[in-house]
Amino acid sequence: MGTLPEPFAGWFAGRGWAPRPHQMALVEAAEAGRSALLVAPTGGGKTLAGFLPSLIDLARAPRPEGAGSLHTLYVSPLKALAVDIARNLDAPVSEMGLPIRIETRTGDTPQNRRARQRAAPPNLLLTTPESLALLLSQTEAGTTFGRLGAVVVDEIHALAGTKRGDQLALCLSRLAALAPGARRVGLSATVAHPDPLRAFLSPSGTPGDVQLVQVRGGAAPELSIMLPEGHLPWGGHMGLASMPEVYRRIREAGVTIVFVNTRAQSELCFQALWRLNDDNLPIALHHGSLTVEQRRKVEAAMASGKLRAVVATASLDLGIDWGGVDQVVQVGAPKGVARLLQRVGRANHRMDEPSRAVLVPANRFEVVECVASLEAVRDEELDGDPPRPGGLDVLAQHIMATACHAPFRPDDLYAEVVRTGPYAGLSRRDFDDTVRFVEDGGYALRNYERWRRLFRDAEGLVHVRDARAARQLRMNLGTIVDSPMLKVRLRGGPVLGEVEEWFVSTLQNGDCFMFAGQTLRFEALDAMTCVVTRGGEGDPRVPTYAGSRLPLSTWLAARVRDILHDPARWQSLPAPVRQWLRLQERRSALPEPDGLLVETFPRGGRWFLVAYCFEGRLAHQTLGMLVTRRMERAGYGPLGYLATDYVLAVWSAFEPAGMDHLFAEDILGEDLEEWMAESSMLRRTFRNIATVAGLIEKNHPGQEKSGRQMTMNADLIYDVLRKHEPDHVLMRATRQEAAGGLTDVARISLVLARARGRIRHIKLSRVSPLAVPALIEEGREWVAGGAEDALLAEAAALVDEATEGEEVFAETLAQVTEGVRVRAGIVDRPRHRDRGRRDRASRPVPRSITGR
Amino acid sequence: MTAAAPVHLGGERLMLDPAGVLFWPSRRLLCASDLHLEKGSHFAAYGRGFVPPYDTRETLLRLRSALARWRPARLVLLGDSFHDARGALRLGAEDGAMLRRLLDGIEAVWVLGNHDPEPPQGVPGYSAAEWRDGAFVFRHQALPGAVSGVEISGHFHPKATVPTRAGGVTRPCFVADAHRLLMPAFGAYTGGLDAGDPAVAGLFPRGARLFLLGRDRLFSVPARRRPVGRESAGLPMGAAPG
Repeated sequence: MGTLPEPFAGWFAGRGWAPRPHQMALVEAAEAGRSALLVAPTGGGKTLAGFLPSLIDLARAPRPEGAGSLHTLYVSPLKALAVDIARNLDAPVSEMGLPIRIETRTGDTPQNRRARQRAAPPNLLLTTPESLALLLSQTEAGTTFGRLGAVVVDEIHALAGTKRGDQLALCLSRLAALAPGARRVGLSATVAHPDPLRAFLSPSGTPGDVQLVQVRGGAAPELSIMLPEGHLPWGGHMGLASMPEVYRRIREAGVTIVFVNTRAQSELCFQALWRLNDDNLPIALHHGSLTVEQRRKVEAAMASGKLRAVVATASLDLGIDWGGVDQVVQVGAPKGVARLLQRVGRANHRMDEPSRAVLVPANRFEVVECVASLEAVRDEELDGDPPRPGGLDVLAQHIMATACHAPFRPDDLYAEVVRTGPYAGLSRRDFDDTVRFVEDGGYALRNYERWRRLFRDAEGLVHVRDARAARQLRMNLGTIVDSPMLKVRLRGGPVLGEVEEWFVSTLQNGDCFMFAGQTLRFEALDAMTCVVTRGGEGDPRVPTYAGSRLPLSTWLAARVRDILHDPARWQSLPAPVRQWLRLQERRSALPEPDGLLVETFPRGGRWFLVAYCFEGRLAHQTLGMLVTRRMERAGYGPLGYLATDYVLAVWSAFEPAGMDHLFAEDILGEDLEEWMAESSMLRRTFRNIATVAGLIEKNHPGQEKSGRQMTMNADLIYDVLRKHEPDHVLMRATRQEAAGGLTDVARISLVLARARGRIRHIKLSRVSPLAVPALIEEGREWVAGGAEDALLAEAAALVDEATEGEEVFAETLAQVTEGVRVRAGIVDRPRHRDRGRRDRASRPVPRSITGR
Repeated sequence: MTAAAPVHLGGERLMLDPAGVLFWPSRRLLCASDLHLEKGSHFAAYGRGFVPPYDTRETLLRLRSALARWRPARLVLLGDSFHDARGALRLGAEDGAMLRRLLDGIEAVWVLGNHDPEPPQGVPGYSAAEWRDGAFVFRHQALPGAVSGVEISGHFHPKATVPTRAGGVTRPCFVADAHRLLMPAFGAYTGGLDAGDPAVAGLFPRGARLFLLGRDRLFSVPARRRPVGRESAGLPMGAAPG
């Protein structure tokens, strides 16, 4: 191992530190001009390791202000992280008196600073993938990045495999063209498979060109499972029954992060904790639908040690190191091992001390899943998705951005693009079709040629048509597409955050709902804002958000199956769960690791079929649609179905038989094609792709108010394109993403392959113990696409039935059919709920915490 | 089997078709509104993205099946038939030929709308600011205030969301009371305005019935009013009308 040059060696020694081996390894890789990927657990001095070579280089050869002064570009998935890192770097730089200028550039950077950065770039620029794409689309990008020495990509595991990652990979390939000498550094949390990350980072798209620096170990995390003292719930995902125990843990520790799985759950848990908060502990709430200001406020309070606990969703999975977090509480099953470790790592960011975390399962199945996760962590077995090919929509945006920077030759750009990991397998046909799409839509019916956005000159160079087209591209850069949201604003007060448009459309004047940690009363819809006041009567509802629940990972599912099947491994399960499984063994059978257990039984005048597939909710949902289609044709009269992470339950008018036929592999043929085309999943995918690719414009804030034309509805476009040009490049991109990206189809074929010839069909006279959690699950996840009409008919009939034709349609229907209502029996409430407790619900939350 | 629903207005029986058209049997009159032909090329021409150029074809195919189903003597198009004043000039040769074939032997009435305030060039039939038949008046945009007789209009592209147990289902719809009927938009690329919006609900002070378009039938539900803020009654979510 080498040594650090001065003044670095002195600076380390002055702090009583020694450079760590991985920090030295990165310095050596940089000296040799090699790219490197550093995989290390949190708290390993990872960020400093990434920057150290650049600091050394700049100390040796300072770059004064002017063109070519940009030495290192740092890209992070989070704006806040870029800002925080800039602050953290200031200390060593100023203490060593290094002549280095550090600046951030994000969507929040004011216009005048952007202009200054353009004229005189800093030495270190900290940014996000979106801002980088914007910088690269500018005509002077060549001068800005010409002498770039290094690119540091932080939290690379969170970017690779996503559309933002695709965009970043394409930007890196652009940088390689503008600054061929720049080496790359990737910083990653511990992952199962580092090679896809190396390929992602690699200038050639192959892992071999990136040196892997792996830091093993750190202290193993201390994980345990905590159950509610009373009854262990059969169903539900909120985990509210355990809140008294969670509150006790908060009280006993210094600082706690309570992670939950959904935003709705975070609101419910926060309120439950607040009701229990007899000690007035400062507890805050953090999730992705709260306003940025409010989230920053909570983060700042956390950083300065003013909080004892924060209830958070994935919005805090990544982010600034807080150091002082003593424990992490995960409420609800973690759904994936890598995600669990990421969250656990948020406690105690010192590498040599263990992180402490408590898992709080919400129901019996989740207990098994939590035990499976613990075993997986102990065995250091991580899950991770295989790399997926880069999206053509992101490529379309990149092609346009490249043209905005300077004219390009298609052959050159193709060669550049296939050197990235995500696009290594891109066919020339897909590339050319994407270019044509950007040009004029690329339709077989060549109606739009005279309005083309790109044109080719005599030498074959592709130019952007005019400044307006370029401006439009820059306005719409980025790969994050939000579902339609409405702002929630206190009457005469601030904006609290956003809820989905659909949720607001079900609210009646005076309805109350939980949001931002308070109970709010819906007053009115004012243009694009949902106006509310505080308080309100009656049981509040909780806004839900589409796609917010992550499915169980394949790896974890296999472990759950193994545990269930093997009574020898039950000793790690708590007694009520063991009894539950023994009862299942006696009454029916246990699911086998290979094969498929299917139960049928009559109940309440219908027949139930429960299949124990363990492949995650999304896969079960698709499978449910396919199986019910088949049951329909076989004359069993399916009435509906429900998918949980563990099972698929179908109910029908007649007793189903012939399981081999119902679960045959050929179900994935025609039926699937047909269903996919109709499904809301494909429509949603198309909507995102059409927006990213620039087919439809993004909605910009304020646009609605200024009365500008709204964008065209993507569903209408989808229907027309599907009928008239189903092989258009955007349709191909949609199918590719829906089939490969979401992986549920692959998981269904896993189930079916496992089931072939090994289906164990057990006919029962009544419901089995294992089936109970599924049957008390909310029945909201029924449908996609084609069944909408059936739902409408059902809704109309329900109203008639309930009202005998009276015209009080919506209120009744909302009560009959609306999903997450907080009332007993559906959501498990905290125990000890008596009148006294209820009164405490109105205790005011301190202003500093909720940002009121 | 597609089932049209009869409604009785002004003593006449009208058939509401789930395809989004209205047929008046005693007059053999078919009515469709807001076709917005050549909306796709309008977007392309004004730099707003290259949406698939098949919208005109698609709308005409829909019109063809409605015409085949009802075999009317007269077709009243309730305005905004073209997305903009120059729309008829951008009509492709094939689409233009198809339109002329469809209207062959039918009296076509092009009621003028805000998107197409001038009579369209080079299409069969004649134009009118509004069209009357007895107590019935067909116009593009409903006139606020009390109606004498019956008013059939378009313009707003009404749609409605019905809560079901799998979430809200949104569909274009007819909106009707005893004197007034609002037509859903017929064009392939036409979005909608929520029927609870004051711009629509205000036309039905004593309430209305909505008929949501299903694949094979209509779904009839009472209209519900959406509470409105004091600040403004501005445009709600969804596409701007007309």
